[in-house]
Amino acid sequence: MTSRRFTYADGPSAEPMLTLGRTTSIPALLTKIIFLGLVLGLAVAIVPALISMRSWTMLAILVITVIAVFTIYTTRHCVPAKYLFPGTFFLVLFLLVPVIYTIQISTTNFGDGTRASKSETVSSIVSASVVRDDSLPTYTMSIGVSRHGDTTDDYVLLLVNSTTGRTYLGTTDRLSLMPTAQVTVKKGRIVAAKGYRILTAEQVNNAGDAITGMSVPVNAGKGVAIHTSGISSAYTGTENLVYDSSADTITDRSTGDVYSPRMVNGRYLFVDPQGRAVSQRSWLSSVGLANYTSLFTDSSIRGQLLTTSLWTLFFAVFSVAGTFLAGLLIALLFDEPRMIGRKVYRSLMVVPYAVPTFIGFLIWSTFFNKDFGLVNQLTGLHLDWFGNASLAKIAVRTANLWAGIPYMFLISTGALQSLPADVVEAARVDGARPIRLFFQIKMPLLLVSVAPLLVSSFAFNFNNYNAIALMTQGGPFSSDGSLFGGTDILISGIYRLAFGGSGARFGLAAAVSVLLFFITALMAIIQFRYTRKLEEIL
Amino acid sequence: MRRLKLTMCSMVAVVSLAVAGCGGESSQSVSSTTTDSGASSSSGSVTRANADLVIWADQKRADALESVAKNFGKKNGITVAVQAVATNLDTNFITADAAGNGPDIVVQGDDKVSSFVQNGSIKPVQLSESQKDKFVANYLKTVTYQNQTWAVPYAAEGLVLIRNTKLAPNAPETFDDLISTGESLVESGKADKPLALQVGDTGDAFHMQPLFSSFGGYLFGEKSDGSVDTSDIGLDKAGAIAFAKEISKLGEKGSKVLTRSIDSNNSISLFTQGRIPYLISGSWALSDIKKAGISYELTTIPGFSGKEPARPFLSVQAFYVAAHGKNTSLAEEFVDNVVSESQTQKTLYDAEPRPPALKSLLKTESAKNKDTAVLAESAATAIPRPKINGLVWSDPLGKAEAAIIGGADPVSTMQSAAKTVAKSLK
Repeated sequence: MTSRRFTYADGPSAEPMLTLGRTTSIPALLTKIIFLGLVLGLAVAIVPALISMRSWTMLAILVITVIAVFTIYTTRHCVPAKYLFPGTFFLVLFLLVPVIYTIQISTTNFGDGTRASKSETVSSIVSASVVRDDSLPTYTMSIGVSRHGDTTDDYVLLLVNSTTGRTYLGTTDRLSLMPTAQVTVKKGRIVAAKGYRILTAEQVNNAGDAITGMSVPVNAGKGVAIHTSGISSAYTGTENLVYDSSADTITDRSTGDVYSPRMVNGRYLFVDPQGRAVSQRSWLSSVGLANYTSLFTDSSIRGQLLTTSLWTLFFAVFSVAGTFLAGLLIALLFDEPRMIGRKVYRSLMVVPYAVPTFIGFLIWSTFFNKDFGLVNQLTGLHLDWFGNASLAKIAVRTANLWAGIPYMFLISTGALQSLPADVVEAARVDGARPIRLFFQIKMPLLLVSVAPLLVSSFAFNFNNYNAIALMTQGGPFSSDGSLFGGTDILISGIYRLAFGGSGARFGLAAAVSVLLFFITALMAIIQFRYTRKLEEIL
Repeated sequence: MRRLKLTMCSMVAVVSLAVAGCGGESSQSVSSTTTDSGASSSSGSVTRANADLVIWADQKRADALESVAKNFGKKNGITVAVQAVATNLDTNFITADAAGNGPDIVVQGDDKVSSFVQNGSIKPVQLSESQKDKFVANYLKTVTYQNQTWAVPYAAEGLVLIRNTKLAPNAPETFDDLISTGESLVESGKADKPLALQVGDTGDAFHMQPLFSSFGGYLFGEKSDGSVDTSDIGLDKAGAIAFAKEISKLGEKGSKVLTRSIDSNNSISLFTQGRIPYLISGSWALSDIKKAGISYELTTIPGFSGKEPARPFLSVQAFYVAAHGKNTSLAEEFVDNVVSESQTQKTLYDAEPRPPALKSLLKTESAKNKDTAVLAESAATAIPRPKINGLVWSDPLGKAEAAIIGGADPVSTMQSAAKTVAKSLK
């Protein structure tokens, strides 16, 4: 059909030499081979990891994606898909997947103390209950592997009692004496044993859990066993806790206390009838919509969330409006040809842009120090800028204004200079005075090109974590343990919920994030509606 | 037919490229040969280095560890990598360990024990009784939790009083002496402030602890078995209230000895400018002070007159074995046996002089270095921090202290802080 596109140049008989889908030229073909090779290579490289993590869904998605890539780019069909695929793929990967993942986390209790699964938690609580008992023998240890087998079950402990010097063979079943004739002991360690090959330090290490988790029972009923410690010694210890999987209880061998899972403050712990927990470790579980309901029903959170949302909105609006107005004013000023030294001023205006925002905000935060700061020293005021929420908000906005003006100045200057001169000229000829000229001609035209940038600036400031974190860390805080500080915007509050404050609470933080996502999305929709109206001017 | 063949050729090329890509990766995983300090990361996630034993520490300790790690590697014929993690080492470690990408050993303060245990990130260390006897008992106690020893300590830190001997030649007997001497120096124009004690806008419960303890303030009661009694919160009890009233008097609405404008960023540099007679800080301040050429002397922090002695918190640096490390055997070997060796502790001490955790070494080094002796003396009476998530109490207490110093009502502020702590423990 369309393979004859180049018939005019190639002649009717010229069949393309190399083809892969629709590609005909050699460089294009090579590019395609490399691209597809990379895709396949990457996919193959990820597969073992996915299998080891048992994430079958991801594996299926991967396989389907790779098949899709090959069908789209190696065949002559699906022409629109060839163009749509990359964009769609990255949209899904970088936008939808994180959103879905966040929503998923927001329905769990994921956080500090609830990171692992129940079975993993139980086995780690039990294994951490082994207490070394130095009244029982300690040993120097070598690890041997049976000469006639290579499977991991064949590891044995070749032990020398540290006090008596007698030699033993320890297996996962039992401890038995090893006749001295069968072993060679050097410097208190067994260096050779009949029927066994001795492992080097590195080999012991590489055996991993098979050896670190190995224990030789001495008195199984009481939980007494020999455990390895490092690569060269072993000790006798007692496992104080025992888990009964059928009853789902943990029993303390020494006291006989029985602990069973019970919900304590929204998380499961193993507790005894008196309510004492065996460990503060809980496990990951689904909590449904509990994180969301606590956001809206817990009176202390709800009130704070509302005030913080309003401040976030105000902060973003003020930042955009303030920087844009100031930037535009300065741009208009420097657009005036009668002004002397415009270029010098313009260059100076860009200086804050050249200072990394991190450093800028840190310097500003020292300016506002009550006793040593520049602001109080210059003005003679004694204001406690960061101790009072209203003042702290002013300080943050001031610094953010400083950081944002150059950008607005640059885009305004650019937009002003690209205004059609004939329109402006025509207005002037019609007798429009400067103010009218600006508000009725220049400004609407300016907004057409600048409005999308204002929208993006709004979105940026709505989530301007740096400004808050570097200036105030969200403070000042009241001492009543509130989640959000006086200058916290939503994103800085979420960050503290997830990674700071009183321990990580990823579940709750994810719930707030989802909320934030919907707020931001809603605002973007409204704003784009509005900017579309502007475009009708042209 | 011919076209099909060529398409097949192209496909083969694609596949072989893919295989080559994989081959490259697997050969790379074998080729770690040198002991090196890995890349440091400023924030976000940290990538585990590729070696037989991987140790994570903050920048300062990483440098000191280098030679110890190298020796251990040489002795056992393995590669050891020490990685410096610049920020949030503890949370980075917890996250990485849970994902199975963590280090084998992490060097951290004792205050992380409870959060590491709560997240199942560490394994207990199994020291023999004779090994335990070699350590300063007070230091070892800080890493003991629920009948287990969770780390091997190597250095202690406690707050001391650092005095500018040019401004204040004599050590103060009591904290009241300190304040009056400081205030008279300010009056005579020799000093700008009587004392540099960091508070900051969110407070600093760690640095305020000597004052807090002098008034008999305590955080939590202790059960008979030595564990934290979370039902007995001390923040609204008599000692804490007396402390709160005092810092209110010393605060911004009072004599202005304590002020929130002195924080962790400027306290040491204010002292090194030579215009403040006293600084309450630790061993970490000494290098800056020496560099600035300030003549100084360390003493333990005096208590208020007629009150109890000032007891700072004991902070101990220790080696932890990761629960999900890839090289647990070697990690245990290193932590159990190498870290407790006198030679290792000496090397770490020489790199950064702080009271070492081994009794014998502490004795010899204290005799040689007066600063170490004072730091050790302070650490000897210091109070181990309660074994619950530190932020649960330090965050509300710090904020309350900052608020009181700023002029808030001492009694009601402490009461609401106590309520906050109780609420987060419920």
